[in-house]
Amino acid sequence: MYAFEIERPTTIAEAVAALAADEAQALGGGQTLIPTLKQRLAAPETLVSLTAIPEMQGLCMSDEGALCVGAATTHARVAAEAKAFPALAALAGHIGDPAVRNRGTLGGSLANNDPSACYPAAVLGTGATIKTNAREIAADDYFQGMFATALEEGEIITEVRFPVPTTASYQKFLQPASRFALVGVFVAQYPTGVRVAVTGASEEGVFRWAEAEAALSADFGVEALAGLAVSPDGMIADLHGTSEYRAHLIGVLTKRAVAAAI
Amino acid sequence: MTDVKMTVNGQPVLGQVEGRTLLVDFLRTDLKLTGTHVGCDTSQCGACLVHVNGAAVKACTMFAFEADGAEVTTIEGMAEPDGSLSRIQQAFQDHHGLQCGFCTPGMVMSAAALLKETPKPTEAEVRAYLEGNICRCTGYHNIIKAIMAASGQDVSAAVA
Repeated sequence: MYAFEIERPTTIAEAVAALAADEAQALGGGQTLIPTLKQRLAAPETLVSLTAIPEMQGLCMSDEGALCVGAATTHARVAAEAKAFPALAALAGHIGDPAVRNRGTLGGSLANNDPSACYPAAVLGTGATIKTNAREIAADDYFQGMFATALEEGEIITEVRFPVPTTASYQKFLQPASRFALVGVFVAQYPTGVRVAVTGASEEGVFRWAEAEAALSADFGVEALAGLAVSPDGMIADLHGTSEYRAHLIGVLTKRAVAAAI
Repeated sequence: MTDVKMTVNGQPVLGQVEGRTLLVDFLRTDLKLTGTHVGCDTSQCGACLVHVNGAAVKACTMFAFEADGAEVTTIEGMAEPDGSLSRIQQAFQDHHGLQCGFCTPGMVMSAAALLKETPKPTEAEVRAYLEGNICRCTGYHNIIKAIMAASGQDVSAAVA
């Protein structure tokens, strides 16, 4: 690793001030960033750790019935405490391995926006609101392609508000070496309609499968998906799977998610 | 360099670290606690697993500075006060849960974290919990058996 300074502010305001410095970078749980630093793929002058800020920790219910999760909350804590939203707890409980889940954070996952990460599927699949130190960003506006987000330089995710669905399921086809999703599908049913978000498949990162949403909003059942398929164009192809294979998995996992949610 | 203060295996320790000093390097190099191993250095293998404030973490993927003020437990802190092996360590010996032993500190720390959360795990739960601990010798069977035995479950009929 290149040398850098590290700071551990205890309030959001202090963190924002620290991140205003030149070449400063936010550090969540570090489960992606620390390996990246070891490979010298990043060279910040200052790392600003966001894990010692009490106001960014923990879960609560909003007045509108949304589950609010502090951005520095670990996956392990979401897995244990998101009882109001079991599909989200299950998703968090299958990220990485237990030690990774004790360090990795929701905000870190979203700020990185790995195209194969699990959390982006839940955030987009629920139409969650991403709260930062400066504003609120709708999930539909937040994800802007592989490793790209709407976050500005120095902007910190402080909390995510998940509207709790009537029923939901996340189905992950595990890539067993990385423990990321080879493909993952989040299906959530709301009184207003169904949302389907897909991770691990597209070269553009997480996306909504509009045709499946329309079919499932009309009739929430596995049969409603009959005949629907995603084009392999623009799907990731690597040694773990071709683009055709990933496109196929989207259909399979969406059906499994609906079956599990009913 | 930054000052850090933490409690390691019940003892208060002070140190000076660079921002980039990993917790595992602080433990091994500064504190000479070389029981915590560095296997892969890429967060895959779990040989560096320690407990920070009671939670299992990979010490190669956490900065020492992030453990400032924390309670850290390493494999050196696992034996009983009289120096005898802990229940989990004894079970690894009894059930031949190691061969070369390189992964064993991480396995024992992982097992301790598991049994704190789930005192009587099923075999499937043990296997799932160890997904971040890699062993290149044993094929895992005797490790699983040792952990099941340490949890007080009868493993006499278990297939090795």
